[in-house]
Amino acid sequence: MKFSVAIASAIEALFANLLRSFLTMLGIIIGVASVMTMMAMGEGAKARIDEQISALGASTLTLRPGSMRRGGRSMGAGAATPFTEADLDALAALPYAGAVSGQLNSSVTAVSGQTNWSTSLTGTDDAYFEIHDWHPVEGRIFTPREVRTGAAVAVIGKSIVENLFDGTDPLGQRIRVNNVPVSVIGVLEEKGQSSFGSDRDDVIIIPLTTARNRIIGAHRTTPKNVSRIEVMVADGYDLKEAQNELVEYMRDRRHIKAGGDDDFMVFNIADFVRARSATQATMGVLLAFMAAVALFVGGVGVMNIMLVSVTERTREIGLRMALGARGSDIMVQFLAEALVLCGTGGLIGVTLGFAGSWIAAKTGGWEMAISPQITLISLGAAVVVGLFFGYFPARRAARLNPIDALRYE
Amino acid sequence: MGQAPIIEARQVTKVYTMGDQKVHALRGIDLEIAPGEFTAIMGPSGSGKSTLMNLIGALDQPTSGDMRIEGHSLSTMRPDDLADLRNRTLGFVFQQFNLLPRANALQNVKLPLRYARHEHIDADARARECLELVGLGERMDHRPAQLSGGQQQRVAIARALAGKPHIILADEPTGALDTKTSADIMELLVSLNASGITIILVTHEPEVAEFAQRQIHFRDGLIESDERRAS
Repeated sequence: MKFSVAIASAIEALFANLLRSFLTMLGIIIGVASVMTMMAMGEGAKARIDEQISALGASTLTLRPGSMRRGGRSMGAGAATPFTEADLDALAALPYAGAVSGQLNSSVTAVSGQTNWSTSLTGTDDAYFEIHDWHPVEGRIFTPREVRTGAAVAVIGKSIVENLFDGTDPLGQRIRVNNVPVSVIGVLEEKGQSSFGSDRDDVIIIPLTTARNRIIGAHRTTPKNVSRIEVMVADGYDLKEAQNELVEYMRDRRHIKAGGDDDFMVFNIADFVRARSATQATMGVLLAFMAAVALFVGGVGVMNIMLVSVTERTREIGLRMALGARGSDIMVQFLAEALVLCGTGGLIGVTLGFAGSWIAAKTGGWEMAISPQITLISLGAAVVVGLFFGYFPARRAARLNPIDALRYE
Repeated sequence: MGQAPIIEARQVTKVYTMGDQKVHALRGIDLEIAPGEFTAIMGPSGSGKSTLMNLIGALDQPTSGDMRIEGHSLSTMRPDDLADLRNRTLGFVFQQFNLLPRANALQNVKLPLRYARHEHIDADARARECLELVGLGERMDHRPAQLSGGQQQRVAIARALAGKPHIILADEPTGALDTKTSADIMELLVSLNASGITIILVTHEPEVAEFAQRQIHFRDGLIESDERRAS
């Protein structure tokens, strides 16, 4: 019997008992849809991480005061002496430092006219924009001179424009940040959500000195303090080596004895994002496991209904054998039915997977990427399940004794 | 005996094991059926006639002895060869018709042609031809449920004919039909026999057996009588 004929009659058999066929397929549908969603999620997360790493600067090292947890007891972040502007200058002189930026951060209330808005303030220098590859779409960023003199100027993110200026042109307008007036000189391009789900465009950026002297206030023992330093490693230097050298250099500067714990942290953004994404990876493994279980259960369902079908059609099988069907013909017929069941379930599952991925991407904030390979793998999984779980019932049908089968009531 | 027999049994026995009990269904049968014969096999139930039918139908193997169909010894054939033998040489007609309920008459008749391996036949044309032959040319697209018992048995006969068999095995073909319809079906079988097909009929109705040229009576696994009617 030709395979195409077997498939055609399998489709007929599927339609002959539509409700049962659908219920049987349900497990496969769910399984395939979850395989697909899971893989789309994994791909999406990977794409997102790559994008974030490149957006944050793959070659950026971030320094924060506080101790790394290394064995024993660790001190809380911030307990250690903060960095200073002197550190910035010293670091900038290092050969592997392409650009160095210092930052102070605070939560503030910004007021414009009658509108007020709680947002975050970053006090920094002009190098910040270079390191973050973040450019103004309107106006300009502040100059080194404005940073030095502590000018009352601000560069704002897109969300500030929307919430404080209701979308009207903010250039030249004044904002009072914790009652300190600054004038808007630039609007930054949109960055969207961070991997934490926070709005990266909801920020007011002003010169470091302005922030320290007029809004946040200096550290009580360390004037000219900086809470965070970012170093962009210059082209041609290895990030890991630069990180190690930087740690040694800072230990030296901060007079830490050999064997003593660091009282600061140096991490690179790539490590940081990867650690974050480990959560997503765990989630992915969990989903993969669930998808496998769903497919397995679906397959058992298919096997069950195929066994029922073989029993119900024992006489038909006997008849076909009497008419000259070989064991292999019967085998092909029932395998074809299992395949059609699982294949159809697979197609529906893929469709649902597309829809599910799209909804998850829209509402859940998950990144989704569906590629042709994912679709093929999902369908392939359904076909493999069909063959695997269809084999046993098909073999049972093929091995029936024709006389007993013909007499079966 | 001018012609080689189309069916030949030599000391054929068949023993079934039921639990720890052995049932001797056939106790050493010698039988020859010539091509073109119309033979009725009769006997009470348990006499061994169904067992012989299964052997002639290449659905079963003898416990001992030699069973040959067209010179091929069943015990030397592999299952696939037996399937091909059933497909090409034999046509089955059953008491309960055994039609596929979801398929129409034409599809039912085409069924054995699906399993035909060696010939290239136009299955559709052949099935139509067979249905015309049994007088159902007008009802090819009817399903079994839309046909009378006699019509269903005609579809079954057309199906048996589709593969151009040399032998038709009819197991109580009139058992589920009324007297008038039975006679029609038997006349159809007679006309097929006249066209050269060997027919073997199992029945317990003497008036049905009257249509055959030769009557073989079974009792307790042995042939009790074997009579040829002068035609």
